[in-house]
Amino acid sequence: MRFNLTTLGNILLILLVGGGLWLVERHELIGDYQIYIVKLIFINAILALSLNLIYGFTGLFSLGHAGFMAIGAYVGALCTLLPEQKEMMWILDPIIWPFSVLHTPFWVAVLAGGVVAMLFAVVIAVPVLRLGDDYLGIATLGFAEIIRVFIVNMSSVTNGSLGIKGIPAEATLLTCYVWMIITLIVLARLLFGNFGNVLRCIRDNEIAANVMGINVFNYKVLSFCLGAFFAGVGGALLGSHLSTIDPKMFNFLLTFNVLMFVVAGGLGSLTGSLLGAGIITILLEWLRAIEEPMDFGLFEIPGIPGMRMVVFSLILLLIILFRREGIMGTRELTWKSLRRLGRKKA
Amino acid sequence: MKLGKRLAGLAMLALTLGFAGQAAAAEPIKIGVYLPLTGQNAFGGQLELEGIQLAHKQMPTVLDRPIELVVVDNKSDKVEAANAVKRLTERDKVVALIGTYGSSLAMAGAEITEKARIPGVGTSCTNPLVTMGKKYYFRACFIDPYQGAAAATYAFENLGFKKAAVLMDMTNDYAVGLANFFSRSFKKLGGEVVASLKYSSGDQDFTAQLTELIAKKPDIVFMPAYFAEGAIIMKQARELGATFRLMGADAMDNPDTVKLAGKAAEGFLHTTFPYDPTMPTMSGEAKKFTDAWKAAYPEKDTNVNGALGYNSYFMIYDAIKRAGSADPEAITKALAATKDLVTPLGTVSINATHDAEMPVGIIEYKDGKRVYVGEVTPKQ
Amino acid sequence: MTLEMFFQHCFNALTLGSLYALIAIGYTMVYGILRLINFAHGDILMVGAYFVFFGTFAYGWPWGLAAILAIVGASVIGVAIERVAYRPLRDAPRISALISAIAVSFFIESLAVVVFSGQPRPVLQPEWLISEWQLGQVRIPTLTAFVPAMTAILVAVLLFVVYKTKPGLAMRAISKDIETTRLMGVRVDNIIAFTFCIGSALAAASGIMWALRYPQVHPYMGIMPGLKAFIAAVFGGIGSIQGAVIGGLALGFVEIMTVAFLPELSGYRDAFAFILLVLVLVIKPTGLLGERMEEKI
Repeated sequence: MRFNLTTLGNILLILLVGGGLWLVERHELIGDYQIYIVKLIFINAILALSLNLIYGFTGLFSLGHAGFMAIGAYVGALCTLLPEQKEMMWILDPIIWPFSVLHTPFWVAVLAGGVVAMLFAVVIAVPVLRLGDDYLGIATLGFAEIIRVFIVNMSSVTNGSLGIKGIPAEATLLTCYVWMIITLIVLARLLFGNFGNVLRCIRDNEIAANVMGINVFNYKVLSFCLGAFFAGVGGALLGSHLSTIDPKMFNFLLTFNVLMFVVAGGLGSLTGSLLGAGIITILLEWLRAIEEPMDFGLFEIPGIPGMRMVVFSLILLLIILFRREGIMGTRELTWKSLRRLGRKKA
Repeated sequence: MKLGKRLAGLAMLALTLGFAGQAAAAEPIKIGVYLPLTGQNAFGGQLELEGIQLAHKQMPTVLDRPIELVVVDNKSDKVEAANAVKRLTERDKVVALIGTYGSSLAMAGAEITEKARIPGVGTSCTNPLVTMGKKYYFRACFIDPYQGAAAATYAFENLGFKKAAVLMDMTNDYAVGLANFFSRSFKKLGGEVVASLKYSSGDQDFTAQLTELIAKKPDIVFMPAYFAEGAIIMKQARELGATFRLMGADAMDNPDTVKLAGKAAEGFLHTTFPYDPTMPTMSGEAKKFTDAWKAAYPEKDTNVNGALGYNSYFMIYDAIKRAGSADPEAITKALAATKDLVTPLGTVSINATHDAEMPVGIIEYKDGKRVYVGEVTPKQ
Repeated sequence: MTLEMFFQHCFNALTLGSLYALIAIGYTMVYGILRLINFAHGDILMVGAYFVFFGTFAYGWPWGLAAILAIVGASVIGVAIERVAYRPLRDAPRISALISAIAVSFFIESLAVVVFSGQPRPVLQPEWLISEWQLGQVRIPTLTAFVPAMTAILVAVLLFVVYKTKPGLAMRAISKDIETTRLMGVRVDNIIAFTFCIGSALAAASGIMWALRYPQVHPYMGIMPGLKAFIAAVFGGIGSIQGAVIGGLALGFVEIMTVAFLPELSGYRDAFAFILLVLVLVIKPTGLLGERMEEKI
């Protein structure tokens, strides 16, 4: 690694924000509600980054993200729950060994969530990555649904549709942040090197990549599995963050949510994914206001339940119609671009 | 221009007056409500909200302070439910909260209230896990094992059926819980469960499962479905010439069940909470609720979800009154001590696991009408 | 399993399958021409069903009239969606159009919740459909026979339009090469609007039949049938009308027969459908009857 000013700036920024978050959490500088939203943003950012790797950088139209998240979340939950908790909660069928006694530290659980998701991704990748475009989308969507059906039916491992609750809330603000930074650094190091060029080449012109002697299929599998790994990590964090999971929450709407972060931020832009996750998560929260009765002093509008989703889908539609490349397009927010922006303004 | 200024002046005046008016009144007690007003469970959430709002209209003040309801939609989504509760406890500073229809949503909410130390009362979240190990969460309903056992008791003892089968939505915690506990109790009582068939949420074709059930010849099929689905199951069963009786649970308790199922509802049974407009003997409190409902929503029939919403509000109202304070800790203590509270749903006591204890009502559809045939207390 | 039961299952499967087939055709037509997964298709189905509900239940119109008005109304909505949400994105990357389709689908669903409320509502069934025939042990409700018959008629009409009329010719031409077709003097925009009109009319027709068979309407009723029918369309080879029919019927049979032959695995029913889909895609990536699309260099 060339040690230059930019790297130094990045490291400083990461440490500064991390330190700030640590202080905030330690001294409860902001309310629980705000911390909750910020954590959600970090987790959503991990999910957005991982999907961006698969779709934005490699061009693999995968709609199976919710499936990998589900695997991560369930593995994470099974690893962190206390054996007594499991015994009490599995009221349909008793939980089977070895899951009944499994108990690991949180970081192992998150890592395990990612690894198991990745293993499933390998199995899925080999048959379906030969498909193109929409067919790949549908096949991965199908796999995500298959995973969900199995989670529902294997109640001696997953507690079936009853779900799991009381997952230890070990995904603190700082933990979520650290995992997001790890995701960001790993992806940035990979994508802004030769590996990234290969992936972009596959995305833009697969035939050309083939002609250049690139083993397209291997690279696709690699990218897909890495994305699945981070989706699993995100799922494990989400489970701990919400403290309860059930198979229903991992339906295909969840994948579309993540896809929305990526598209809003810009396909093929890492910093765009961060922005997209942040803005849409906040927007969804902020839009709650429009469902409340509004009091204008002289007259009052009664709250209309459901308006929020109407407005939200309209906004989504407007973004896609009028700024379809998203916030960042394929550009990145870097020190250089900031400096350039500053100069332009001055 | 001039007119604009004058209008602005008027608006300012109105605003000032508004603020002055608010300042004069006692500070309101805020109670949060989080319900699925949109999404898959929207119908249940809306019914319960109507019940809560009715109760609020009936009992608008406590301890000489007005009560303010803060209603938030949880979109039938867990993440949203957790967010909604966060917002209610953090930003709106509610002293207690009501919600929600749907157990998985309530579980997400209960985790947050536990941390925030704000008491919550579930409306119709019947999954036993909701209040398990929770100090601050209660519910206005009984739980699935209790109701499943009651259904089994009624089928075995009162109706004398020896062969049962179950048909359940595998993806629905409510259905899976009830069906399992029904089977367990029915076997314990000495009956036989000849088949257990499954489907998934959103399925609307049950002909394959029903054909299979017809071949197994049970006396009764227990299908703890939601009413819309249940009505379709009844219709399809009738079309296929099924002769077994069908039995559902409280989610079938909806004025629309008979509208949706039509003639196919004949002979259908379901368990429910002990309230019904057709009850032969209605307690004073139940009558009061029925009359108030008819006055407030003349175009709508009373229903059990409305009653549960009403009860949830009533339980908190009663707890605040008994505690003599709107402090969350005091309300929690008072809620836990709720005993023999006379409500539209009978006399309610909160037990050690924070569930409301009450008998289980049985509804039967006879000649196109729903009839409240009695109450049953489960035998294990 | 007795022979009677088997026939009963077959009849059930035929009814379910023809409903899937009818919905799948709408997907396939739009996809064949624009290469766009029209996610709003299931929601147009819902809107059509609601129109009939309001027509018959709230205003007391005769069934036929309500059905015709519903089909017309849904077609207008379909064309409007194309104009507003899809046409501006015709040259955009595929993902944009897809997201737009999802946004439209969300929009219709949430608007339906606001306007119609989330409460499921009962649908009146016309008297003449409620009777049933008895063939030995097999019971066939008139409706169960009515659905496949209607599907067969609609498919026949559609095949006629696509293969025997001028607009049909233009539609097929657009699906091969949109630019060349434009150069040949075909008004591409009009033909695409026409396709959406037919697709939405079919969605409304299937919505009406869905609501007759499973007599209730609610704002989210289109999601599952839509998803399943889409799978059926991919299974049969998306872009091909015959493929959609075969795919729909096949999916209906798979769903019914897994429960019939493996009742203890009935909880895995959806997984079987998806596994079958993945298998078909892996063995024949364009579906059963799909045309191979040449990779353009």
